[in-house]
Amino acid sequence: MKKNQLAILGAAALLIVFAVGGYIYKQQRAEKTQAMAKQTESPLSRAYAQTLGPPDAKVVIVEFFDPGCETCRMFAGPVKSLMDSYPGKVRLVKRYAPFHHGADKVVQILEAARLQGKYWETLELLFEGQHRWADHHNPNPDMVWQLVGSLGLDMERLRRDVNDPKILDIVAQDVADAQALGVHKTPGFFVNGKTMSSFGLEQLQALVAAEVQAQYGR
Amino acid sequence: MTSAALNVLRSAMADATDSVDTNWALLFACWLLVTGASLGSLFFSEVMELPPCTLCWYQRIFMFPLPIVLFMGLFPFDSKAIRYALPLAIAGWAVAAYHLLLHVGVIPESVSPCSQGVSCKTKYLDLLGFVSIPLLSLLAFSTVVALLIILRKRS
Repeated sequence: MKKNQLAILGAAALLIVFAVGGYIYKQQRAEKTQAMAKQTESPLSRAYAQTLGPPDAKVVIVEFFDPGCETCRMFAGPVKSLMDSYPGKVRLVKRYAPFHHGADKVVQILEAARLQGKYWETLELLFEGQHRWADHHNPNPDMVWQLVGSLGLDMERLRRDVNDPKILDIVAQDVADAQALGVHKTPGFFVNGKTMSSFGLEQLQALVAAEVQAQYGR
Repeated sequence: MTSAALNVLRSAMADATDSVDTNWALLFACWLLVTGASLGSLFFSEVMELPPCTLCWYQRIFMFPLPIVLFMGLFPFDSKAIRYALPLAIAGWAVAAYHLLLHVGVIPESVSPCSQGVSCKTKYLDLLGFVSIPLLSLLAFSTVVALLIILRKRS
């Protein structure tokens, strides 16, 4: 065989292995997460997670988020209006991927506030004050305590609850699940176990629209 | 200028249609290996989306130029490529060796430069109970260094 033929053959073989391997890997992972979405307990569905929307909705958005993440803050409103455009058909499941410095502590405060029935109010406040406590150059998660002071929570109970082993377990489980599902960036969205081909609000809207169509027809 | 470039191109083309000799085959094997290793590393980071740690990045810095440098040495065959590739491969080998020692715990993590971001001790891959990404990297660099040294002796 001539040198040039050998080189072309070698390069082609390597590239084909890469492309085919990549395709098979992605395909298998997609099948796995879609199977997980159908189970009652799996890395994608945990009974303990906070949800929004009717429990019988057939389209389930699982969002792994970090209260310190700017993009998560920017997605909060649009995701809410996305759900409103399909009333009764979409449910949102909030999961944690606290990648920012000190964000795990903030998640614990959020979960403790949830015990007092103030999850969504607290989350909104955390996002509003995000530029103050989650500044990249000077993160200060302790500032969150001042922030939540205005919510009328039982602060003594809140301080006790943040270190509740149940809450610590929830955060640890979510972090492990995010790792298992390959969520390395936030927000990480799964719609009935399916991921966006590329990241963006439009892609998320398209994915949800496709799933609503698939589950409910026209 | 143009005629010189054309001459280089012509000799490369003439060489490309030559049949294979042992030295060329060895260098080609080297090229296949480093290209495979580079693509494998890209597979871990881009397809499996495993974030590379600091030490992984240093190994990538020494590995990624090798497919290009060695390819240039193949058409036409140029033993000078060995001279340029070998220092890269040895440097990469040293980082890989350090990484593996850290990974298996011979070097304590306190000595590790990777305290922030992704820990270099994170175990992503575990085939047959002992094959890890740092081990694969060390194997690749060792083979390339060995092949290049053999080639250097031969030519």
